[in-house]
Amino acid sequence: MSEAAKNPSAGEPIIRIENVSKIFGGTVKAVDNVNLEVARGEFFALLGPSGCGKTTLLRMLAGFEVPTHGRVIIDGQDMSKVAPNKRPINMVFQSYAVFPHMSVEQNVAYGLKMDRRPAKEIRERVAEALDLVKLGSLGKRMPDEMSGGQRQRVALARALVKRPSVLLLDEPLSALDAKLREAMQLELVRLQKTVGITFVIVTHDQSEALSMANRIAVMNAGTVQQVAPPATLYEAPANRFVADFIGKINMIEGDAVAAGEGEVKVTAPAIGEVTLAGNATGKVALAVRPEKIFVDEKEPTDPKLIKVKGKVGEVAYFGSYSNVFFDIGTGAPLQADISNVSSDIEEFTFKAGEEYWVYWRKADTLVLGD
Amino acid sequence: MENWKRSAKAFFAAFTPPTFWLVAFFIIPLSLIWLYSFSTKTGVTDITLDWNLQQYARALEPLYLGIFWKSIVMAAATTAICLVVAFPVAIAIVFSKPTMRMWLLLLVILPFWTNLLIRTYALIAVLRTNGFINNGLEWIVVNADWLLSFVGLGDNRIVGPFEPLALLYNNTAVVFGLVYVSLPFMVLPLYAALDRLDRSYLEASLDLGAGHIRTFFSIVVPLALPGIASGIVITFIPAMGSYLTPDLLGGTDSQMIANVIASQFKQANNWPFGAALSFLLMYATFFALAIRAVLMRKEGRGDVR
Repeated sequence: MSEAAKNPSAGEPIIRIENVSKIFGGTVKAVDNVNLEVARGEFFALLGPSGCGKTTLLRMLAGFEVPTHGRVIIDGQDMSKVAPNKRPINMVFQSYAVFPHMSVEQNVAYGLKMDRRPAKEIRERVAEALDLVKLGSLGKRMPDEMSGGQRQRVALARALVKRPSVLLLDEPLSALDAKLREAMQLELVRLQKTVGITFVIVTHDQSEALSMANRIAVMNAGTVQQVAPPATLYEAPANRFVADFIGKINMIEGDAVAAGEGEVKVTAPAIGEVTLAGNATGKVALAVRPEKIFVDEKEPTDPKLIKVKGKVGEVAYFGSYSNVFFDIGTGAPLQADISNVSSDIEEFTFKAGEEYWVYWRKADTLVLGD
Repeated sequence: MENWKRSAKAFFAAFTPPTFWLVAFFIIPLSLIWLYSFSTKTGVTDITLDWNLQQYARALEPLYLGIFWKSIVMAAATTAICLVVAFPVAIAIVFSKPTMRMWLLLLVILPFWTNLLIRTYALIAVLRTNGFINNGLEWIVVNADWLLSFVGLGDNRIVGPFEPLALLYNNTAVVFGLVYVSLPFMVLPLYAALDRLDRSYLEASLDLGAGHIRTFFSIVVPLALPGIASGIVITFIPAMGSYLTPDLLGGTDSQMIANVIASQFKQANNWPFGAALSFLLMYATFFALAIRAVLMRKEGRGDVR
C-alpha cells in the first residue's frame, strides 16, 4: 500500500540526522549534536524524560523547528530548511489537533484536497483510511461527538491517508486511559505492519517504547544516550542513565581497574573484589536487575556467582513475585524480585530481619560508567 | 461563596445599589424617551402623550430612511476596513514574543487614554487643506520639481503645480475617522480569539500540506469566527450611532442618523420625533445582535474550547 515500501532503494536509511543541534534563545540547548539513522519500515521510538529534547527533535523532523546546526536528511534529500507542508512526512499531534469545525471525513480529506487530488480519488482514499483505523461508519460525525480514542484514530487516518514516507507520533497514547492505551499499542503495531510506513514515535513511557518499537533512542539532556533494540537496552544498557531509566535496577558503587582484554577488576563494599566483563574504569556501578537475583539460606559455592549476606527489609507482594529489599550494609538496599514458584505460602514468606544469602551470576552483572 | 443564596441580607446588600442605578439612570429615562416617541409636540415646550404613530410614520419617510441607509453603509464600510486592517495586527500580536505582546496591546489601547474630541481634532490637523498630509505632499512635489530643474524639466512641466487634496469634510474623511476610532474594538476580540486558538491546529494544517494562506482561510478564520462576529458587532453598532466623527469630519452630505437625532432634540426642538428616530436606531441594533446570535448558534461547533 505505501509508496515508501515499494521504493527499491530500501538499503538507504529513510531518516538521517547529522550533527543536529537546536539552541533556543541563544542559550538553551534543547538538542545537542544528535546523530541518528532510522531505517525504512522501522518502528522507531524516541524515549526520554520530559525536557530531554525528544519532542524538539521530532518537530525538526516535521519542519516546525529549524536545526541551529546540522542536517536532517529525509529519503535522501536535505530537508533541514524545507517548510512542513513540503515534506513527505505527516504527524499525529499529542492533542490530536482534529479540526473541530470539520466532520471526520472532511478532516481526513483535508490533506488530499491541499494536494489537489481528484474528488473521486479523495473519496476512495478517505474511505480506505477510515476503514484502516476502524472508523468506517463514523465519517459524518463531528469531532466533538467522538471519544478521545476515536479522535486519535481520526488523526491517524488523516496522516496516513497522505501515504507519507514517515509518520511521526508525538506522545500518541498519553491522553488515553490505561486500558485503551494497551489496546492502542497493539493497534499501532498492527497498523504499522499493514501500511509498512516508517513510524517515529516520541514517548516518555518506557513500556510503550519497549512493547512497540523495533529500535529505541534513549535521550537525556538533549543528547542520545543509546540507540538499540528494546532487549539490548534492557539487558545491556550503555550507561547508568539508560540502566536506571529503563526498568528497575540495583547499583552498587565501586572502583574498577582494567584487567586484561574486555575485563575489569572491581572493588566494591559488601562484595569485595571481583573480575567482570566490561570496559568502564574508575568510579563505576555494579548493576544487576532485580529478577536476576536469587535467595538461599545456605551459602552458594559456585565461583560464577556474586554473593552477599542480606537482611530482609521491606517486602511487597505482587502475586506472581515478591519485591524484597535486602540490607547489605552499603546504605542502598538491594532489591530482588523473587518468583513465587511454590504454592506453599510459608515457604516464600519473607519476614523482616531474617538473614539470607543473596546472589546472582557474574554474567548478569553490568559494569556501568557515567 | 454560595452563602449569598441563603443569606437574604447579603443578597440585597450586594444587588440593591446596581439595581437602583440601572432603574434610575437607564430604565426610567429610556422609558420616558419611549413614551415621547408616541407623543405629539403641542407647544414650544409642551408634549402631549396621545399614543400616535405619526413620529414613526415620519421617520420612515424616504429622507430619513436614506440617512439610515447611509449610516448603515458608512458603518459597514468602517467595519469591513477595520476587519481587514485588524486581522494582520491581531495575528502579529499573537505571534509576537510574550514580552513584546504586552507593549503591542498597550499601543492598541493607548488611544483610549485620550479624549475622543481631542483625537478627532488631531485628525483634522492631519487631514485639512493645510494639514500634515497636504503639507508633506507639497514638500515632495516642490522638491521633485526643484530636482527636475537640474535636468531642464523644472517649472512644473512634469509634476505640475501642487493642488491640495480634499481630505476633510467628506464621507471618506468620516469613514477614515470611524476606522481610526473603532480599530481597537476590532483588534481586541480578534486577538482574544486567536490567542485561544490551539497552535497545533495550524501546525496540523501545515503538516497536511496547506500553505499559510490556505491555513488562514480554512482553519484560522472558521475557528476565530466567534471573535470575528464579536468584533463586527462591537465595531458596527457604535459606528452606526456615531455622532462626533461625522459632525466634525463630515461635509454637508455626511450626516449620519445620530446627527439627525441630535438636531431634532436641539435645533428643531422636536423631542418626539428625535425619540422615534432613536428607537428605530435601537431596533436596528437589536436586529444586528440577533443576526449575530443566530450565526453563533449555527457555527457553535467551530467554537474554540
